[in-house]
Amino acid sequence: MFRNQYDTDVTTWSPAGRLFQVEYAMEAVKQGSAAIGLRSKTHVVLACVNKANSELSSHQKKIFKVDDHIGVAIAGLTADGRVLSRYMRSECINYNYTYESPLPVGRLVVQLADKAQVCTQRSWKRPYGVGLLVAGLDESGAHLYYNCPSGNYFEYQAFAIGSRSQAAKTYLERKFNNFTASSREDLIKDALIAARESLQGEKLTSSVCTIAVVGVGEPFHILDQETVQQLIDTFEIVREEETAPAEPEAAAEQDAATEQASGADQGGAGNQGGADQGGSPMDI
Amino acid sequence: MDTVTESQRTLYPYVTGSSVVAIKYKDGILMAADMGGSYGSTLRYKSVERLKPIGKHSLLGASGEISDFQEIMRYLDELILIDNMWDDGNSLGPKEVHNYLTRVMYNRRNKFNPLWNSLVLGGVKKGQKYLGTVSMIGVNYEDNHVATGLGNHLARPILRDEWNENLTFEEGVKLLEKCMRVLLYRDRSAVNKIQISKITEEGATVYPPFSLKTYWEFSAFKNPTVGAEVHGSLLVVNEMKQNFTWISA
Repeated sequence: MFRNQYDTDVTTWSPAGRLFQVEYAMEAVKQGSAAIGLRSKTHVVLACVNKANSELSSHQKKIFKVDDHIGVAIAGLTADGRVLSRYMRSECINYNYTYESPLPVGRLVVQLADKAQVCTQRSWKRPYGVGLLVAGLDESGAHLYYNCPSGNYFEYQAFAIGSRSQAAKTYLERKFNNFTASSREDLIKDALIAARESLQGEKLTSSVCTIAVVGVGEPFHILDQETVQQLIDTFEIVREEETAPAEPEAAAEQDAATEQASGADQGGAGNQGGADQGGSPMDI
Repeated sequence: MDTVTESQRTLYPYVTGSSVVAIKYKDGILMAADMGGSYGSTLRYKSVERLKPIGKHSLLGASGEISDFQEIMRYLDELILIDNMWDDGNSLGPKEVHNYLTRVMYNRRNKFNPLWNSLVLGGVKKGQKYLGTVSMIGVNYEDNHVATGLGNHLARPILRDEWNENLTFEEGVKLLEKCMRVLLYRDRSAVNKIQISKITEEGATVYPPFSLKTYWEFSAFKNPTVGAEVHGSLLVVNEMKQNFTWISA
């Protein structure tokens, strides 16, 4: 994507029918560190790779609890994410006050999308530079949505956003068919493995990865560091066993969509960092 | 100097409906109310429908100012319309509607401009039965049986004795008719044209109106002054008592 004469403000269309400012906003999402979400019939798990500016600073907060039944993971401009989380919390509380009932996730997501759309059609505003993975539970079951800066939203079985998310997505694409029936533990395990994929060789520890869960009978909460480390240790053991036989297969894993091989792959395959997607991303 | 208009707010009701009585029964909720609209002490309107279905899951019964009830119906129609327009598989159940009404009633009360009604909200959603009430000052609660106005004093004692969780439709209707009959005898603003409505998981039905059979051969009705001793004033009676020895009867 290069500079052109149609990208100065969001209210200018390009001759090809694109709004470049919105597309640039989606680029900002890709620069943020990875956020991953997966859902089963009864649970939704969010996993995030935490970046810290330096060794001296604390990690960026990427997961926000919105209500007992909804939580969100963000990638992109953290400040925009914080503001949108506050809006979501406000909407949930107001709905609960009026109706004494939790706000259905689908409705919250639409309100969020409408709010984002406004910023794509005002000359004095700019689009939000954050992508949100909204995880929630309501009457109609467990849900995972992705809200983009463009004002679009999609429902997913599993998804990943942010930098090096393609590696996680590749892993998820192989496994997602089993997610609906997964148990809570298996879902968390898959989330951790997907997070490891986007770490690209860096060691997966609880200081680098945050996990949050919401499920039937389980309000949204972020797992504490100790628990996450324990889970990683349990799963890592399994992983090391799989590493040896998996090595020769690494090269053949470019199009891993239908592969039924064991869960291990070195993550080197199919990885694009700041992905360039031919054509407009908004056409997804 | 311009004259300042006194702000408009509700001071007293004009056309009013009398009690509403409702109970939970085996399959859902049964609700009863008469069709009278009183204009003060005149029983002026005799075909006022005071029981209305709300959305797929709820039933609303109202007593008090009829025009305010019509206003509430407009609020609820809009609420349900917007709920349906989401078209997303979610819908407002009786608990949500009851809470919404509570907020509306309480907020109006706080502005000293109440909607002069006592409302009964009942319904079934996903097998869960719900029955609640809200008053014009925003007092709200749920119970297995509720009533408004005089119904609280005349009908609820009957229900406390005779209600149980597993009433069939016939038993429930009989129980409600018993309550409405007492109200008909004793509430001066009741008219003998009753509507009963039910709501179950399948939906709401408002039955056509009917009238209750009444019995006026009670000796207390026929001869209300029996036991009163002499026709006259208390002073005459006392004087007579002093002058005569009464043979006890």
